[in-house]
Amino acid sequence: MNDLTPDREERSANLKGMGCSRKRVEDARFTQGKGNYVDDIKLPGMLHGDFVRSPYAHARVVSINKDAAMALPGVVAVLTAEDLAPLNLHWMPTLAGDKQMVLADGKVLFQGQEVAFVVASDRYVAADAVELVEVEYEELPVLTDPFEALKSDVVLREDLAGQTEGAHGPRKHHNHIFTWEQGDETGTNQVLDNAEVVAEETMYYHRTHPCPLETCGSVASMDKVNGKLTLWGTFQAPHVVRTVASLLSGIEEHNIRVVSPDIGGGFGNKVGVYPGYVCSIVASIVTGKPVKWVEDRMENLMSTAFARDYWMTGKIAATKDGKITGLHCHVTADHGGFDACADPTKFPAGFMNICTGSYDIPVAYLAVDGVYTNKAPGGVSYRCSFRVTEAVYFIERMIEVLAIELDMDAAELRRINFIKKEQFPYTAALGWEYDSGDYHTAWDKALKTVDYDGLRKEQAERVEAFKRGETRKLMGVGLSFFTEIVGAGPVKNCDILGMGMFDSCEIRIHPTGSAIARLGTISQGQGHATTFAQILASEIGISADSITIEEGDTDTAPYGLGTYGSRSTPVAGAATAMAGRKIRAKAQMIAAYLLEVHDDDVEFDIDRFVVKGAPEKFKTMKEIAYAAYNQAIPGIEPGLEAVSYYDPPNMTYPFGAYVCVMDIDVDTGVPEIRRFYALDDCGTRINPMIIEGQVHGGLTEALAVALGQEIAYDKLGNVKTGTLMDFFLPTAWEVPNYETDYTVTPSPHHPIGAKGVGESPHVGGVPCFSNAVQDAFRAFGLRHTNMPHDHWRIWQAANQLGLHD
Amino acid sequence: MIPAAFDYYRPKGMDEVIALLQEHGDDARVMAGGHSLIPMMKLRMAEVPHLIDLQDIDGLSDISVDQGRITIGAMVTQHDLINHDGLTAAAPILREAALQIADPQVRYMGTVGGNVANGDPGNDMPGLMQCLDAQIHLIGPDGERTVAARDYYEAAYMTDREDDEVLVSVSMDTPQGGYAYEKQKRKIGDYATAAAAVQIVKVGGSVKSASVAMTNLSDVPVWSEAACDALVGTACDAAAVKSAVAAMLGDIDPAEDNRGPVAFKRHVAGIILTRAIERAWSRA
Repeated sequence: MNDLTPDREERSANLKGMGCSRKRVEDARFTQGKGNYVDDIKLPGMLHGDFVRSPYAHARVVSINKDAAMALPGVVAVLTAEDLAPLNLHWMPTLAGDKQMVLADGKVLFQGQEVAFVVASDRYVAADAVELVEVEYEELPVLTDPFEALKSDVVLREDLAGQTEGAHGPRKHHNHIFTWEQGDETGTNQVLDNAEVVAEETMYYHRTHPCPLETCGSVASMDKVNGKLTLWGTFQAPHVVRTVASLLSGIEEHNIRVVSPDIGGGFGNKVGVYPGYVCSIVASIVTGKPVKWVEDRMENLMSTAFARDYWMTGKIAATKDGKITGLHCHVTADHGGFDACADPTKFPAGFMNICTGSYDIPVAYLAVDGVYTNKAPGGVSYRCSFRVTEAVYFIERMIEVLAIELDMDAAELRRINFIKKEQFPYTAALGWEYDSGDYHTAWDKALKTVDYDGLRKEQAERVEAFKRGETRKLMGVGLSFFTEIVGAGPVKNCDILGMGMFDSCEIRIHPTGSAIARLGTISQGQGHATTFAQILASEIGISADSITIEEGDTDTAPYGLGTYGSRSTPVAGAATAMAGRKIRAKAQMIAAYLLEVHDDDVEFDIDRFVVKGAPEKFKTMKEIAYAAYNQAIPGIEPGLEAVSYYDPPNMTYPFGAYVCVMDIDVDTGVPEIRRFYALDDCGTRINPMIIEGQVHGGLTEALAVALGQEIAYDKLGNVKTGTLMDFFLPTAWEVPNYETDYTVTPSPHHPIGAKGVGESPHVGGVPCFSNAVQDAFRAFGLRHTNMPHDHWRIWQAANQLGLHD
Repeated sequence: MIPAAFDYYRPKGMDEVIALLQEHGDDARVMAGGHSLIPMMKLRMAEVPHLIDLQDIDGLSDISVDQGRITIGAMVTQHDLINHDGLTAAAPILREAALQIADPQVRYMGTVGGNVANGDPGNDMPGLMQCLDAQIHLIGPDGERTVAARDYYEAAYMTDREDDEVLVSVSMDTPQGGYAYEKQKRKIGDYATAAAAVQIVKVGGSVKSASVAMTNLSDVPVWSEAACDALVGTACDAAAVKSAVAAMLGDIDPAEDNRGPVAFKRHVAGIILTRAIERAWSRA
């Protein structure tokens, strides 16, 4: 029965199951402007909130005078920390074991911090009233540099005064948050001390921001009659928000309904809980009316969760012929005014300990020091699993630096150090067990496709031409080979605020053979409604077009930890397949009954069960569904439903090989991307078209981060890049043509072998773009220069190498 | 991004516009495309209690190319300018420059008049108008008057225009010779890191006349007479270009911003001007 007869081919095509480039079912509404986002929600009597924010990065709040604001017609309330304190909501817990002010409690710690919440009948009145709230500040010394902060007498977090123990162990200084150590320090140091070659480098992975097109917002509606709170919001994890809201407010969880409607991009920015959400809830409870809060672009960039801001120092040891023998990494992590990183509880620096990358490194050590500064809190995973972009950038830069040290080709250096196919499952020096990989095959395919040797030859010729004065453009060949760690994660070591990071799927087959499936995740553009239906179609033999996928309403969806860290396919996708298999198991019994044979004598065949050896005798899933509801079957209860809560046995480890070819104008610092090739191995591929879209999007955000996107502060803690004029968000004009490619190495522990792909291109793309810039100057002695590589920094690198003389 | 309350006017005649401006003084502003003013109002950086929309005023959207003279109405959009064949034939530098302003969506709305009148050092049209020695036509309570673009800009956002005057058009002689508008920017929609407008007339293998202006390198556009003089009479060879660049660098005064420090901007200004002169010369 393995050869597809035309009939079977047609039946298989009709399913639109896994492997099919099915068009996104979401796009009909998005392309017609018919999406339903938080700001589209309008309720009768709804009030509008807006924040008074601190103009200072560090100041004492001496007084707040609400009188003028309250006198403005239409203003209903002005909330301050003093008003929230009786409810114990003036502070809230962060996901990182710290706490954060909801509204300024005596002082402010970053520019843009929320000081007061104005509630008015109209959005315009709210904005006018914000200007009428008189806040008296007393400026305090500002610390924007984490190294200075660790030496300064200035105490940023006075609320923690005297606390020498934090959520993640001892605090060494009043501005220190934690030290997180992984690996073998002694062993690593021994290897470094005795190594033939050691390459050392310090690199700054600058602060940036996920900047989703839709900013953050919420609408809270407290129904005082039935005691039920409904909260619509831009939440990547609506179920967690419900639990946290219940724990904070004391409202029982069944009386809270959290809804994530359509979400216009998250990229990690919408994982945490923001003061705006809390204030909209309190304001609704206080006023008895629905209250909407939606931030503007500048508020989003200056106050909601940033990403990166890691100072990383690496030492990599190797033999003279390039075999890596050890890796040492120290990170000084700038967390801003509060530690609000969104990481699993036991991982205060996320999965930074994936920093041995794709290489077989016998011994390694990682230490991360978290530090408070006068910057906005955050530290979220911007289109990546927890701190994986930082880890991959670190190792992919260290490899380049080592190649320089060894005077060796960086592609070859990678090749001789890759973990070999036969070593999987592979336990890395810092503890992770990589599930599967075939790095050499992917690397060889990539290098062959781009004619790597030809590129190096052309580059060498260009260098000579440059030296002869025939051109002012240099050529860079950027390489990166990344291994991600996604799909958090096994409940035994992954939780958020104590909640295990399983995920879920609940399927209900309707009597006429269509279905609805609900999941604990929430799409923010990933196309879940399209791809999860494809997984199910293949598992249960019902066309994807006949399956509705629903997420985001905690009253109807099963509990799950949400969508971030490329966890939806590895975890909820697995739950979907497992729930589908439960459906199929019951369907098999029903089919056997209907066909009057033993359960074991029927087998699943695309969209039906057939009698083994007699395929003309069959029952389609449609027939089976109808029978499940309408026929009394002895020993089988009516209905056809299933639920699966999936606790993944391991993370998944997607990987990829990227190459970027760039020409750089040495005189202006302008880079031009000539070619970008991206090979991704995300295991089993569910929808190739969506994968390609994800790769394009992730690469574009990688280009942004590598070439200019940053949240920059001046010495006084003022945000210098608070609008899209200065914060680089690439458009079609700045984006090159991407060539995508793939290999398939399924995950051995995932029910369908899928690994997740949404974040791979960002993780692998950033070092690839950066390496291309840096590689262009390698022949002239450049070892490392920090991102973002905007025009003036590239120019500066050239200038420091004497290329303008 | 929520503006303060304002009164909105959409008069049908210029008399009414002038009357409103006289009545409200600097509390009133006229708006053409609104792509500078409205964002500033939303940021509450510009307080405009009385906003006067010019779009119903007739006669401000005309382009005329006639007997060696070009006139462009204040409400002509960058998009109109780009797509006007007669204008492109007569003064191709206008199209080349306009194509480097903002993005297509902004160019549908953004106007020549607004770009010229606003006095924003980042705008491209002021430097271009100085390069082309354009005349700026204003109308006020005392009737019309004309100011040379080279005399119009006083400081950032400060121009020779009085509060009760409206910029109605710009005009210029049809430019002669080779041209180039060269601009470096960080991304589409950005203001220039450095931009140069150049027109060169070549006679018998040497420069007969040259006009050189740069944008966003001072708080006003910089038309450098010394840079022009450095080119005139030469064969526009490397030495001449170098001395023109040196002259221009003596006249600009860039400030550090997110685009980079002063040393970088001065370097890039020199490169951009060199490229613009070379391209204009190659077309002369």
